[in-house]
This record gives sequence, structure tokens and C-alpha cells, in this order.
Amino acid sequence: MIEMHDVWKIYPNGATALQGIDIRIDRGEFVYVVGPSGAGKSTFVKLMYRAEKPTRGQIFINGFNIDRMRERRIPYMRRSIGVVFQDFKLLPQLSAAENVAFALEVIEMPRRQIRRRVAEVMELVGLSHRMHAKPGELSGGEQQRVAVARALVNNPVVLIADEPTGNLDPETSWEILRLLEKINDRGTTVVMATHNRDIVNTRKKRVIAIEQGRIVRDEERGVYGL
Amino acid sequence: MKLRTLGRHCREGLRNLGRNGWMTTVQLPLQRSHSALGVFVVMAWNVQNLSRQVEQQVQMNVILKDGTTPAQIRAVQQWLTARPDVATVTFVSKEQGLAELRASLKEDSSLLDGLERENPLPNKFVVQAKDPRMTGQVAAEIGKLPQVQSVRYAKDMVERLFQVTRIIRDIGLVFIIGLLFTAMFLIANTIKLTIFARRREIEIMKLVGATNGFIRWPFFVEGVLMGALGALVPIAAIVVAYRYLVRAVPGFYYFQLVPAHPLLEQVGVLLLGVGAFIGMWGSVVSMRRFLRV
Repeated sequence: MIEMHDVWKIYPNGATALQGIDIRIDRGEFVYVVGPSGAGKSTFVKLMYRAEKPTRGQIFINGFNIDRMRERRIPYMRRSIGVVFQDFKLLPQLSAAENVAFALEVIEMPRRQIRRRVAEVMELVGLSHRMHAKPGELSGGEQQRVAVARALVNNPVVLIADEPTGNLDPETSWEILRLLEKINDRGTTVVMATHNRDIVNTRKKRVIAIEQGRIVRDEERGVYGL
Repeated sequence: MKLRTLGRHCREGLRNLGRNGWMTTVQLPLQRSHSALGVFVVMAWNVQNLSRQVEQQVQMNVILKDGTTPAQIRAVQQWLTARPDVATVTFVSKEQGLAELRASLKEDSSLLDGLERENPLPNKFVVQAKDPRMTGQVAAEIGKLPQVQSVRYAKDMVERLFQVTRIIRDIGLVFIIGLLFTAMFLIANTIKLTIFARRREIEIMKLVGATNGFIRWPFFVEGVLMGALGALVPIAAIVVAYRYLVRAVPGFYYFQLVPAHPLLEQVGVLLLGVGAFIGMWGSVVSMRRFLRV
């Protein structure tokens, strides 16, 4: 599903973000990626949807060898991956439903199908009643649910969440986590980079800890650590 | 690309055009450069027209030797008419020449009294070359005929005239090209600004798997519309102003302004086309840098 072999990332300014990462994540797993700020967590996650290119090493996502992939194939690879961000990345001038539909317009799905599919995912994230609200009229938790809906609407095999609860209060964070678990139950692989100690320690899952660009710990049913 | 996607791109392009305040900021300079272009084209057209008319006035007098018989005159006329580089041939006899002279002297024509019997004027042909620029060569050729005494035309004047019209045309061309480039960079820069303002949107499009072509299209449409819209006001202004000019300025000597129809329609189509093209070009140029990642 997701495989990295001896992956290095050195930024043009000389900063070494990752050194020799080897990892394998199987279909249907739910994985937390933890570690202090600046440890390389973000880079690790970005490599998975090819927002960054590895300096060395090989990365396979859903069978795509993404470090070798031709530039023009990248959009098609991204369609099999959903991404959720700390800052939601919604378009403020579009309504919630339009933001979700956006991801389908891009892949040229017929309008009628788009409408049906958008209604489905909005229901899944529990926002059927807020379809026509603009992001500015929604709470942080609601906005993040719209973002999750947008990530899901393509039926991706992998959902990548980069600190999805970073901007949310504890209660809302739990809401989002439950939503991600629900999605994971339906067979989608979920990779979630997080600082949320409470969540990691309570809902025990596989934990990958990154420090100074290396994987220092990889445990099933792990904890956040010190 | 599917048809409905093209529809979506056009809708997006239109909506962005309305949504971005950039429209208003770019329209004024755009209108200015389009106006300059339009005015220049209209002017160039008139200069061109003027020089063509002046050129058409260039003619030569083929003076025949005294004592040329009517049969010889007919033969010369046939020979002249048959030449492919000659446009018109008109025979002016001694008597006609005198009558013309008399007419041009008006009240002083009594000076010519008594000349009828001993007419000093020659028989001649008035000849126009098909290409006025070739007048010199044609005159030399005709001068070789044994019946021809001399061929006269305003040599210096003609040569200077052609020099002037050529320079005017060249300057006009350079000017127009310069203006086109100015307008192009204007639009390219504006689109760069709109792209900059929407880089978040582009980033999200890329994240959800939009191809570069898909991202580019709405900007493309926007650029074309921006360029074409910028041409509308100048077109209207030029139409109104030129119609007025044609009515207000009387023709002087043999020169007249080119009629408004179909010149204005052509200028309008040209400005719209040029506007759309530079808009398109501008958007393509400014997109390139933003499509990485």
C-alpha cells in the first residue's frame, strides 16, 4: 500500500529532513505519526502525496512508484489519495457543497453524479444540513469535516491527515477522530500526523515516532511517548 | 477534453473576471493601448490610401518626333497598349494640346492666338505605368522607340515621394508592433496578479488531482475576455470619432479620408482579435511559472 525504502530528504538549503526512512503501511491500517515539531513528520507525510520529492530512495503508493513518476502523471496519482490539513484549505468563496464538488469537477465527473456523490459524503460527515453554508459561517470542526468530505469524495484508498486536529478544541478533535475511524472502518487506510497526546494514548493504534529525521519507534497499539 | 468541462472553464473564467477587482485596474491602460493601436491603424490606412492616390497621379509624357505620320502614331499606340507594364495610354494631338493649354491659361489665352497655323506643340501620349514605382524603367524603355523624341516625367519628385511613403509605412509598422507588445505585457502582468491572488485555489486544485491543463483553462478564458473587453470602449470611441471626422473634414485637392465603411468594421474586428490574442498569450506566459508543485 505505502512503502518507503531508504528515503532521504535534504532541502535545497541543506537542511536534512529525513534520513533513511523504511516503512510499510498495509491496506486498511490506521497509523499515527508522532514527533516533535521540526522532526520531519510533515515532510514524511508530504512525500506520500508527492508534495515533496525524495532526494534519495523509493516510494510506492498504491503501486505507483512516485519518485520515478512523470510530472504529468502526478494528478492521476493524487486522485487515489485524500488529504486533510490543519488549516482545512477550503475555498472561502465557495459553499461547503461546492468545495466538495470541486474535487469531482476536477476529474470531469458528470454534474448529476457529482450532486449525488456530494450529498452522500456530506451525509457521511454529518453536514447534510450545512451544505450551502460558506466556510466562514461554519465552526472549525464543521470546516474540517467539509475538508474530510472533500478528501473522501473520490473514494481514495488512502486518507492522509496532516495534524487535522491542530486548530481544534479537544471536544471537536474527538469528533474528527471518530469520523476518521469511521472512514477507516470502511476500508480506507488512514495516516494521521498529530501532536494530540490524548487521542494517541486513548485510541491505541499503530504509532510511528519520528525524531531528527529518523523513525525511532514503530509499535502496534503504541503510545505518544515522552 | 469533454464539452461540459469546456463549459465549466468558460463559466469559471467569466466568474473570475467578475470576481477579481483586477478587471477594473487593467481595463484603463488596456483601453489606452488599444485606442492608440486603433487610432494608429486608422491613420496608417489613410496615409496608405493617400500615398496610393498620389502614386496614381504619376504619369509620363511621351513626346513624338515632328512629322510622325498618323499610321506610325497608331502603331506606337498599339505597341504601348500591348505592354504589360503600362496601365493607361491616352493620345493627345497637337490640336488637343493647344486647346488644353488655352483652357489652363483662361483669360490670358489670347497669347496663343495665331498659333493654330504653326502649332509648336508636339503630338504626345500620356502614359501611366501599371506600378507607379516602375515609372523610371518604363520611361527608359519607351524612350528607345525611333518615333519618340523624349519621355518626360517629374523624376525627382516621383522618387522623393516613393521614399516618403515607404518611410511612413515602415514607421507605422514599428509603432504598431511596439504597441502590441506593450499591451501583451500589460495583460501578462495582470494575469500574473490574478494568479498570485488565487494561488491557494490552484494549490487545492493540484491537491485534488487537477491536471495543469485543467487549471490553465479558466485563466486562458479570462485572458481572452479581458483582452477583447478592453477593445470595446476604444472601438466605440474610434467609430464615433472617425464618422465625425469623415463628415467634418472636406476632401482637399484629390485627397479624401477613407470612407468609414468598411474601414471601421475591419478595425473593430482587428482590435477584438488582437485583444483576444494578446490576452491568450499573456495568460499562457504568466501561467508557466505557477504550475509547478
